[in-house]
Amino acid sequence: MNASEIGEFLVVLLILIGSIISVISALGIIRFPDVYTRSHAATKSATLGVLLSLTGAFIYIWLTDHFISVRLILGILFVFITAPVSGHLIIRAAYRSHVEMTEDTVEDELKPVLNDKR
Amino acid sequence: MIKIMLTAALVLFSVAIAIALYRIISGPSLPDRVVAMDMIVVNLISAVAIISILLETKAFLEVILILGILAFISTIALSKYVERGVIIERKRNR
Repeated sequence: MNASEIGEFLVVLLILIGSIISVISALGIIRFPDVYTRSHAATKSATLGVLLSLTGAFIYIWLTDHFISVRLILGILFVFITAPVSGHLIIRAAYRSHVEMTEDTVEDELKPVLNDKR
Repeated sequence: MIKIMLTAALVLFSVAIAIALYRIISGPSLPDRVVAMDMIVVNLISAVAIISILLETKAFLEVILILGILAFISTIALSKYVERGVIIERKRNR
């Protein structure tokens, strides 16, 4: 096993860790009680999983083909920028359209702010 | 060894997609379903990356970028629909 094979093995291990994180995020999306905690699971750890696997694919192509893929770098940057923004927008829309929180919620700091504005 | 690990990662991503599909079917509200749709597309991006490693080609790398852009635009359109009821607003004075 020479140096290049060890490098490929580490890169594939990175991809495998990303897929395990993605499965953990899917378990979070099925186990959490309301939409806010579910989006907490879905946006953070699914984004981390896809970033790990895309970085792994980028380094793998770099090691095997000696080809730096600019499209893959752009894809990594785009997912990293837009995934939290889309999570924020959909959760803001969910709060504005009065989706119920779970009963364990102890504090809602946004409610008096919105009531003062109206 | 590398091929086995890549196949295992692909299987794990498809398990994540299947679980998110369950949340789409049984989600109690519309934002639940939109969040699960966003997560399905994000997992699909990494599945495309793994498939392009397994097939040893560089032809699928545009698909990653285009799926990212489509997921962002569709999530923003759906959140505007949930919040206001319309996606493209009319001009106000007329």
